[in-house]
Amino acid sequence: MKSLLAEHNKLSIAGEQIDILEHGSSGDYSLIPFQQKLEESNLYPLKPTVISTFQINVGKMCNQVCKHCHVDAGPDRKEIMTTETMQQCLDVLAANPSLQIVDLTGGAPEMNPNFRWFVEGIKKLDRHIIVRCNLTIIRANKKYYDLPEFYKQHDIEVVSSLPFYNKDRTDKQRGDGVFEDSIKALQMLNEVGYGLEGSDLKLNLVYNPAGAFLPPSQDALEKEFKVALKKDFGISFHELYAITNLPINRFLDYLLQSGNYEKYMEKLLAAYNPMAAANVMCRTTISIGWDGYLYDCDFNQMLEMKVDCKGKHISNYNAAALQNRDIVVNQHCYGCTAGAGSSCGGAVA
Amino acid sequence: MSNHYYNEEDLNKFGKIGEFQKPLADKFFSWYNEVFGEGALTAKEKSLIALAVAHAVQCPYCIDAYTSSSYEKGYSDAQLMEAVHVAAAIKGGAALVHGVQMMNKVKEISM
Repeated sequence: MKSLLAEHNKLSIAGEQIDILEHGSSGDYSLIPFQQKLEESNLYPLKPTVISTFQINVGKMCNQVCKHCHVDAGPDRKEIMTTETMQQCLDVLAANPSLQIVDLTGGAPEMNPNFRWFVEGIKKLDRHIIVRCNLTIIRANKKYYDLPEFYKQHDIEVVSSLPFYNKDRTDKQRGDGVFEDSIKALQMLNEVGYGLEGSDLKLNLVYNPAGAFLPPSQDALEKEFKVALKKDFGISFHELYAITNLPINRFLDYLLQSGNYEKYMEKLLAAYNPMAAANVMCRTTISIGWDGYLYDCDFNQMLEMKVDCKGKHISNYNAAALQNRDIVVNQHCYGCTAGAGSSCGGAVA
Repeated sequence: MSNHYYNEEDLNKFGKIGEFQKPLADKFFSWYNEVFGEGALTAKEKSLIALAVAHAVQCPYCIDAYTSSSYEKGYSDAQLMEAVHVAAAIKGGAALVHGVQMMNKVKEISM
């Protein structure tokens, strides 16, 4: 399987995706505008609360090609953050102490050749680091085998995708053999102390639905994951984050190809929850692309919808303008406000 | 009016039955929602029971709703099909066990 970009799929053009989100694939489909739902909830224009998190996408290269990937990441993606851009991020972090959390994502962030240098630089600034680890990267090559020890040395919080606690659903979404490698990687993380009861080495898992449906109750699912992974593989972890798939890139492609697009969007709309809308993660986060441009969230980043204020690049970061900006929204935002809500930290309501 | 009895879209209109009789509909949905919440049985277990019953009563709306609900809550393809077999076995058994009544009657009236 290749990325949409490598396949020259029209969805690899962000504007095409936005057009489908606004008008459907046939051009005559319309859903109540997300902006209108926010207005009804007295949340429009959507403003930041306190910006505390830098979510940095250090590159689109990945060792996996997951069917639901909103980044369209894969081995054929060559977009990688340079050390120059990383240094600009470090400079901004140093000058803005309220940015307490740095959330590193990709692709597989560990595949950026300067990943470790960047982590060490962030740690020197005494910030809490989260790494979005796809697990299989730890098993992909000998040079990654020591990642659990590296994470531990730098007190990194590891957030790892595991779509389900059995092989069938995991491999359906992420590819053959992913479940087995993920289990081995989780065992390696447990061995160095990650995810154990009472351990400060945080290991949290991420569940994404393997299809055109919403996540079930996060609490109930967490209990099931804990029982099943402990019983079958002796694995422990701390929290499970249930995340809704947003209709962007490969998940949008899946929805269109399977004829589920309109029903899925209607499902998201029907599940709109004002409480979740009030707590969306874009109110506390700035997302930085591999090339240094700034976005309201990782999803807007993939749709190339930059922040709507002065200072659109990390090289001319303007904290006051970002704090006062209106967050850019569109129809994909229904994915973060459905049901219990969805963020990179799971449910929000 | 549609030209067939079952419309997929009608499932989404279930909540509107209150338009003709609101107090009873309100009572029904309040009770219904409580039935399917977490209790001595989990919401997940209740979904699977509902799926089996949906097949027994042959309700297309319920099959649609509780297939989705059960799959979303994490049941595998095989588990869903076994639940349908349970429904089918009970329906088949319920028909067949009346064979005893038939046998009793034959024995009563025959020489």
